Amino acid sequence: MPERYLLPPDGTDLRSIDAYRKQGGYAAATRALREMTPEAVVEVVRESGLRGRGGAGFTTGQKWSFMPKPGGPKPSYLACNADESEPGTFKDRQIMERNPHLFLEGLVIGGYAIHARAAYVYIRGEYITAFRVLSDAIREARAAGLLGKGLFGSDREFDIHLMRGAGAYICGEETGMIESAEGRKGQPRKRPPFPAVSGLWSCPTTVNNVETVSHVPAIIMRGAAWFKTIGTPASTGNTLFGISGHVNRPGVYELPLGTPLREIIEVHAGGVRGGRALKAIIPGGVSMPVLSAAQADVAMDHDSLKQVGSLLGTGGIVVMDDTACMVRAAVVIARFFRHETCGQCTQCREGTSWLYKLLRRIEAGEGTLEDLRTIDSVGGYMEGQTICALSDAAAWAATGFLRRFRAEFEAHVHERRCPLPESFEP
Amino acid sequence: MSAVATGAPLLSAAVREAIAAEVTKYPQPRSALLIALHLIQGELGYVPLQAQREVAELLGIKPIEVREVVTFYPMYHEHSVGKRNIQVCVNIACALGGARHVVRGLEDRLGIAPGGRTPDGRYSLEEVQCLGSCGTAVCVQVNNEPYIENVKADGPDAANAIDELLKRIG
Repeated sequence: MPERYLLPPDGTDLRSIDAYRKQGGYAAATRALREMTPEAVVEVVRESGLRGRGGAGFTTGQKWSFMPKPGGPKPSYLACNADESEPGTFKDRQIMERNPHLFLEGLVIGGYAIHARAAYVYIRGEYITAFRVLSDAIREARAAGLLGKGLFGSDREFDIHLMRGAGAYICGEETGMIESAEGRKGQPRKRPPFPAVSGLWSCPTTVNNVETVSHVPAIIMRGAAWFKTIGTPASTGNTLFGISGHVNRPGVYELPLGTPLREIIEVHAGGVRGGRALKAIIPGGVSMPVLSAAQADVAMDHDSLKQVGSLLGTGGIVVMDDTACMVRAAVVIARFFRHETCGQCTQCREGTSWLYKLLRRIEAGEGTLEDLRTIDSVGGYMEGQTICALSDAAAWAATGFLRRFRAEFEAHVHERRCPLPESFEP
Repeated sequence: MSAVATGAPLLSAAVREAIAAEVTKYPQPRSALLIALHLIQGELGYVPLQAQREVAELLGIKPIEVREVVTFYPMYHEHSVGKRNIQVCVNIACALGGARHVVRGLEDRLGIAPGGRTPDGRYSLEEVQCLGSCGTAVCVQVNNEPYIENVKADGPDAANAIDELLKRIG
């Protein structure tokens, strides 16, 4: 097994500050705040090649470098996206619930690097356990002088506050999250201005994902060169792959980026359940186009997935065996996007409804070949036409299933029923 | 619900105090709205219009600005739900894991469809989107409590599984 630095070793409880410190915790923040300039922190993170783990994969050091120098008219903020809600994704929860102080340490270092006055962590409302564990951890860190005025014996002030979402997927989109954090509907904003110029409360803001900042303490302690020895040249470090669906051992596995998909399924997740044949894999959350079993040898990194027509996304892998109906899978996902569209862009509001209705009709055995063409054309109107990427994701998911499994869609039309009697129900 | 607020305030002193403490964390009081609504719903079980007007006043915004938020976010209820609001995830990993059997088992046992409430007001049932617990499908959440995971209700043992689930739900 490759070395882990995000999740605690099996059987170890790192939730208390004492346990976390005993194994070296908060040494990285101590080093950063006492021995490094903020610019040096940004530089080592940039040099490490760390890319965001929230889905888009933007280079973290570069994102941090967009933030203004201190002394400007407005304070800067670090906003942490803990709204994990991309279906198939359940990894940030592992960090927050099992290694909360690692996450807080990453926020302290990140906040220092961008001269932030405070960090605001936006946790999805359903994650009540993560919220409670983090509330306790923040209380411990404050009492130990690691947060608040004069943290780590410095002359600075920095605190971490928890916010709660309320079940809207769109608040995982960074500007939707900012709107929500300001007490409004989570409808994404037009860019520019980007958050680094005008984010939370119109102040310069960096939005980072939970896992992203949690890589930073190890990078500070062990250096950028060490980090680059893990993964591939363009996708460095470990990541948390969540694997679910028809496998024997679903769960979250910390592995180097670039690990072959087949190894994750066969070795780590124990293979397809009941010895059945692999049929389809969603590689990075349902927003990313589905892969067929023939593509399962792809390496799980940004470039390799792009080459096979999908994307790494959040690294949330959903596995389907040969009983699973691909039209039904597409229906479930289309139903989700129809539910979650925020409604402000016409293409998305109308398009998600259209895709769901068309797929539902095909699944019921009432579809036509014309409906298959309409899915493609509706998808075309939805891509690249809207304020945020939800519309694109809904289109990619539907057209991805159709393109990859067209014969199965056509069989539904010709046989006027679902040809897979053992399939799960939507 | 009358259109005009009458009588004693709905929000307790404890909730008002907790909201006031939240407000101090932000440069703008309005940022405390979502957490305030969770606090209110935690106490009342839902967020009726009068509570919306009262929280609007506390945060210095208009009641409609509160209502926009209450109706935008799936977790908030404007009308009362069952004491035990059972939310079954039906997104992809849970669907693959047999969520439909869980929903159907609960429908049959409770005699209600998703969106419904039992006549005694004890249970309500909802289908919800991904809860972020895909590795432990099927995932069920009751009210805003920690998840009930790995729920299975297919095969010959389905009836027992629903009994077991309802026992855990309480």
